[in-house]
Amino acid sequence: MSFVRFENVSLAYTPGSPLAIQDVSLEIQEGEFISVVGPSGCGKSTLMKLVTGLKAPTGGYVYVGGRQVGGPLKIVGMAFQASNLLPWRTTLENVMLPLEIVEPFRSELKSKRKEFEEQARALIKRVGLAGFEDKFPWELSGGMQQRASICRALVHKPRLLMLDEPFGALDAFTREELWCMLRDLWQESPFTVVLVTHDLREAVFLADTVYVMSKRPGRILVKREIDLPRPRDLDVTYTDAFSAHVHVLREHIGHVRSH
Amino acid sequence: MSTAISQEERALPHISPNAGEPDVKVEDPVPAPLAPEAPPRRFRIDLVAAAPWLVVIGLFIVWELICRGFDVPEYLLPAPSAVWAAGVEYWQPILLHAGQTSFTTLAGFAITVVVGVLLGALVGSSPIIYKALYPLLIGFNSIPKVAFVPVLVVWFGIGTIPAILTAFTISFFPVLVNVATGLATLEPELEDVLRSLGASRLDILRKVGLPRSMPYFFASLKIAITLAFVGSVISETVASNLGIGYLMMSASSSMNIPLVFAGLIVIGAMGVVMYEVFAWLERRLTKWAHRGPNSGM
Repeated sequence: MSFVRFENVSLAYTPGSPLAIQDVSLEIQEGEFISVVGPSGCGKSTLMKLVTGLKAPTGGYVYVGGRQVGGPLKIVGMAFQASNLLPWRTTLENVMLPLEIVEPFRSELKSKRKEFEEQARALIKRVGLAGFEDKFPWELSGGMQQRASICRALVHKPRLLMLDEPFGALDAFTREELWCMLRDLWQESPFTVVLVTHDLREAVFLADTVYVMSKRPGRILVKREIDLPRPRDLDVTYTDAFSAHVHVLREHIGHVRSH
Repeated sequence: MSTAISQEERALPHISPNAGEPDVKVEDPVPAPLAPEAPPRRFRIDLVAAAPWLVVIGLFIVWELICRGFDVPEYLLPAPSAVWAAGVEYWQPILLHAGQTSFTTLAGFAITVVVGVLLGALVGSSPIIYKALYPLLIGFNSIPKVAFVPVLVVWFGIGTIPAILTAFTISFFPVLVNVATGLATLEPELEDVLRSLGASRLDILRKVGLPRSMPYFFASLKIAITLAFVGSVISETVASNLGIGYLMMSASSSMNIPLVFAGLIVIGAMGVVMYEVFAWLERRLTKWAHRGPNSGM
């Protein structure tokens, strides 16, 4: 059975209001990297709230790990367009935050603080932030803050990583750097990723499967497998195969927007 | 101010090590151009530090000149020199009464902090409690506290307790509102991050809500401490035989106007000192929220 499974899911934020998403069915395998693209306001973020259990569907069923989702899941890491780091905590303290909340880390934190700190430091080093562990968020650049934010999303080793336009506010070069960082992290020990994005190149470069959503109420219009060989290098973005994928997706989006 | 700046300076070389190094190397052989720049900068900082004193001294000089120039009688407006003389003459009773006023003010302020934070946390973390309590709180805050003192006197007799309670009732509202605002304006994404980790409401309050509302809290303390002085002095004026308020009342009834003014100045000075104490605490404890060029405010 697939890891995440949507069965005809619909959601209205308040009873009686128009649906934010309608009749969405999709399946995500364990360790799969999927990406959701679509015009703004199409309910991509709603999809994330449904997967993580922050919102309950008005219709249909959401299953994660074989169980129906009934409340906030603890096996999820999240990162958003804004890094949402806590300004009174250093990078290391920010990254350690999930370990203060999620079991079993929470109860072991007192006795194993040293060990956990080492793991956090290793992860921080892994994303290229070595030397910035004791800096405050406002002493970091936008790209660095986003790296720290992704560290925080991964430190408790979640089985599912939810990314809501995490690179949306960054410049093109930094964005490509962070694509590669995410690719390496995922390649090392694959976890399941749902990446919501506006950027088609980003979706094609990173994901195994790309879903295109329609305008409100959001529905899944297209599911496209990206068969580019892995590990993918940035050079792949200049190949014809890559451009063809982007082109096809772009046409679907254009079609959605004009209707 | 200086601590915040030095922090940023320490950070800069790490962020751009390459940009920093050549500069240092250039400076070494040619130290001369730096020297003329240094004195004016130091002078400017001194001026900033001295400005409040200059204004106060200037005010006293103008006041003295007006009193002497227009020959203002002492029972209308005593000159600063006469006020000073009264302060020196009556320094013992002033000290005694000022001690009482500081005590009632700080006691009332302590209750304000406890009640303000607890009620603020309640009001700020639950929309229902917010809706339910706000009209009542605003109504209560609109009552002039001087009108409430006689009721307190009926309940507790004259003296210390009404003064403490007036200081509390007049000063707790800004603390409550600020703590509640700090909690209620929590970014929903931040809450989502924590909720998606399975954090309880208490976790969110402890890890994010309270630390985040600390700058609001400390800003309100500065307002609350000065209000607490107003409250205790009002109560002492109406119903007490101790405290600066009482001292001023009895001095004015015997037409000792210079002593009245000495009392006013003592209250003002105590207010400024307490304000500075809490401003200093604020800078120490919420440095992360005060990192701009105006961080010394």
